Amino acid sequence: MARLEWLQRQIEGIKEEHVIENREHSAAVRLQSWFRGCQVRARLRLLHRKATIIQKVWRGFRARNQFRQMVKKAYFVMKMNFYNEMAIRIQRRWRGYYVRKYIHNYYALKRYLEGLTIKNEQVRKDLEEFAELQRREMERLAREREGQRKCLQAQRLHFLLSTEQCPGVFNSPYRDFPHEMELRLRSIKPLLAKNAPLRRDSGGSPACSLPPVPSKKPQGPFRDPAEVLQQRYRPLEPTLRVATSITALEEAREELRREEWRSRVIDDIFQPFSNAHKNRKYERTLHGTSSYEQVDYGTKYFREENKEKRQGEKLLFFSLGLSQNHPGARVHSPIHVVQLLGQREQSTVLTCVTRSRGS
Amino acid sequence: IQLEVGFRPQSLEPLLLDVVPTIQQTAALALGRLASYNDDLAEAVVKGEILPQLVYSLAEQNRFYKKAAAFVLRAVAKHSPQLAQAVVDCGALDALVVSLEDFDPGVKEAAAWALDYIACHNGELSQAVVDAGAVPLLVLCIQEPELAVKRIAASALNDIAKHSPELAQTVVDAGAIAHLAQMILNPDAKLKRQVFSALSQISKHSVDLAEMVVEAEVFPAVLTSLKDPDEHVRKNATTLIREIAKHTPELSQMIVNAGGVAAVIDYLGDSRGNVRLSGIMMLGYVAAHSENLAMAVIVSKGVPQLAICLAEETEDHIRSATAWALGQIGRHSPEHARAVAMANVLPRLLAFYMDAQSSDDLQAKAKKALKSILQKCTYVPALEPLLHEAPSNILKHVICQFSKVLLHDSKARRLFVTSGGLKKVQEIKAEPGSLLQEYINSINNCFPEEICSYLCFLFALEQLSCFQTLPSNQQECF
Repeated sequence: MARLEWLQRQIEGIKEEHVIENREHSAAVRLQSWFRGCQVRARLRLLHRKATIIQKVWRGFRARNQFRQMVKKAYFVMKMNFYNEMAIRIQRRWRGYYVRKYIHNYYALKRYLEGLTIKNEQVRKDLEEFAELQRREMERLAREREGQRKCLQAQRLHFLLSTEQCPGVFNSPYRDFPHEMELRLRSIKPLLAKNAPLRRDSGGSPACSLPPVPSKKPQGPFRDPAEVLQQRYRPLEPTLRVATSITALEEAREELRREEWRSRVIDDIFQPFSNAHKNRKYERTLHGTSSYEQVDYGTKYFREENKEKRQGEKLLFFSLGLSQNHPGARVHSPIHVVQLLGQREQSTVLTCVTRSRGS
Repeated sequence: IQLEVGFRPQSLEPLLLDVVPTIQQTAALALGRLASYNDDLAEAVVKGEILPQLVYSLAEQNRFYKKAAAFVLRAVAKHSPQLAQAVVDCGALDALVVSLEDFDPGVKEAAAWALDYIACHNGELSQAVVDAGAVPLLVLCIQEPELAVKRIAASALNDIAKHSPELAQTVVDAGAIAHLAQMILNPDAKLKRQVFSALSQISKHSVDLAEMVVEAEVFPAVLTSLKDPDEHVRKNATTLIREIAKHTPELSQMIVNAGGVAAVIDYLGDSRGNVRLSGIMMLGYVAAHSENLAMAVIVSKGVPQLAICLAEETEDHIRSATAWALGQIGRHSPEHARAVAMANVLPRLLAFYMDAQSSDDLQAKAKKALKSILQKCTYVPALEPLLHEAPSNILKHVICQFSKVLLHDSKARRLFVTSGGLKKVQEIKAEPGSLLQEYINSINNCFPEEICSYLCFLFALEQLSCFQTLPSNQQECF
C-alpha cells in the first residue's frame, strides 16, 4: 500500500517531471525552430534580394535592347512615311500634270469645241449657200420653162395679133398699154407645122389638148360632138400593103434562112422517091429508138435470136440487172460485160443500157 | 383596169402561145396588170402554171416580150414571200439574170425590177437571187447611162443588202460601193434616194462595212444632200449618217469633225414629222459614245433643237427616241446635265412618264432618261419644279441631288427655304432606314433645327385644318 502510494507519488512526481521535461523540451524545440526559421528566412531574403538584383539587371538589359529596336523601327517608319509623303506629293503633281495635259486636256477640249463651233458655222453657212443656189437654180429653170411655154403659146396663137384696123384680143382700146401677150405676139415668128414641138400625150384622152367641145348644143346645123371627135381622132388603119415594109420580102427570106440554119439538125438533103440510096442501110436515130418502157429483151427472154451466126463465139448468160424479177441477181459491172461481148452485141447492150437508164 | 368578178387568168394562157408576137406581148402585159392589181389574181396566175411558160419564152423572144414577161414576174412576186418563192421555183431567176445582160435598157430595167421585188421579202430569197449570179450584173447595170436602169439596179442592191451581213458583204465584194458613191452627185432625186438607202443598208450591219462606206469618201457630199429639195433624199441621207455613227466612237468623231452634227441639227429644224426620227437617233448615238462627243453635240446647239422636237412631235415613237437621245446627252457629267436641264426638258419628260396615255416604250425611256440625267444634275432651278411633282422613285434622285448641293452652297440653301422646297421635303413620307429617309435627314441637317420643326408643325396644321386657311403672317415670321 505504501509502496503503492509511494509509487503513486512517484508516478505523480515522474509525471510532473515529464510534464516539466516536456514543457522544457517543447520550449526548446520552439526556440530552436523559431531560430532556425529566422535563419532560413534570412537566407531566403538574401537569396531573394540577389535574385531580384539579377532579374533587374537582366530585364533592364532586355528592355533597353527592345527599346533600341523600337526606336530604330520608329525611326524607320518615320523615314518611310516621310518618303511616302514626298513621293505622294511628286506623284500628285505628276498625275495632275499628265491627266491635264494628255488625258483630259481642258484647254485642248475647249479649243476643239471652239474649232468645232467655227466648223459648224462654216458648214451651216455652206449648206445655206448651197440650198440658196439650188433654190435659185430651180427658180431660174422654172422661169425659163414658163417663158418657153408662153412663147410657144404665142406662136400657136399668132393669129390673135392686132392689126391697124382691128385691135386684137390682147390690145383692147380701153387699156393704157397692151397686154404682155400682145407684145409677145408682136415679137415672135409664126410656128411652122413641121417645127412644132411634139405634143406630149398625157396618156389620158386625147381630147385634153383641144378645147372641149361644149355639151350644150349650139344653134345651127352642127353635127353631134361625139361624131366629130370620133372623126377627128380616128386612128390610122393602114392597109396591109402600106404597113409592110418595102424590104419585107428580103427580111422574110433572111428570117427563113436563119430559122433553117438554127433548126436544121440533119445535114442530108431530103431526096424523095430516089432509088439512089435504096441500098443504104437505114440508121435509126436515137430519138426513134427508145420507147421509155421495159424492153422485152432482158425481161421476157434472154437468149440470142440468131444463134447460127453466133455459134463460134462464147455465149454469156448474164443479167444486167434490168429485170426487176430477180432482186437477188448479181449485177455485173456493165463495162466489163460490154468489153467481153463482140461488136454487135455491144451496140445492142448499149441500147439496152440506155433504155435502162431512161426507164 | 376594169375587172369582172371571176375573171380567170387561165383564159389568157392560150393567147400567150399565139403565133402573132403582138398578141403574145399584149397578153403578157394584160396578165401583168391583172397580177399587180390584186394578190388573189397573182395566186391564180401562179396556180394556172403560166409562169413556166413565161420563163421559157423569156429566154427566147424579142425584147418587148421579155419586158412584158419580166413585168408579169415582178407583178406576181411583189405581193408576198410565198408568191415570190413560187416565181423562184419556176426557175425564173436564171432567165432574169440572162436578160440582165441584154442590150436593151428596157429589158434590163424590167429584169432588175423583178429581181428587186423577189429579193425584198426575206433573206432566203435574196440568197437565191445572189446565188443566181445577179449581183455583178446589177453592179454593171448601175453604170449604165440610162437613169431608170440605174435607179432600179440601186434599188435591187438595196433590197439584197438589207437582210444580212453576208449578203451585204457579197454586194460590197462586187464593187458596188464605189459606183454608188459616185452616183451621190447625180442630180436625179429618185436615184439619190435609192443610192443613200442602199449605202445605209450596207453600212448598218458591221463596223467594217461602215468603214468601207466611209472610205469611199461619201462624207462631205452626204452633208450637201441634207439640203436637197426632195424630202426622201434628205431622210435617207440622215439614215446613212446614223448607221455610220452608231458603230464606234471613232466613226462618230469623224462625222462630228466633218460638221455632220450641225448639218443634222439644221435638218431637224427644217423637217417635220416622221422623217425627224433618224436625225434624232443619230444625235443620240453620237452622244452615247463618249462625253466629249456629247459635249460636241451640246456645243452645236443640239439640245434646244431636241427640246423643240420633244415639244412639237405628237407621235409616241418619236418622243421616246427624243427622250432617249436627251438621256444619252445628259448622263455623262454635271455640265452635260446642266445643259440639258437648262433647256427646260425635265418637266416635259416627267409629264411623259406620268401620263397614262403614253405607250410603255415612251414611259420606260422617259424614266430612264430622267434617272440618268438626275443622277448628275446639280442645277437647282431645274430640280425645284420636279420636287413638287415627281413620284417617289424619281423623287429620291431629286432629293439625293439636293442633299449634295445644299451641303456646300449657302445661297442655294436660302433659296431652297424661301421657295418652299424645305416645306415640301418635310411633307414627304419615307420609311425610316430607306435611302430617301437618309437623304431627307441629310437635308434637314443642313438647316437649323427650329426651321425644320416649324415647317413640320405647319404641315401638321395644314393637314388638320384643311378647311381653314392659316393667317399669312404666321408663315412669314421666320
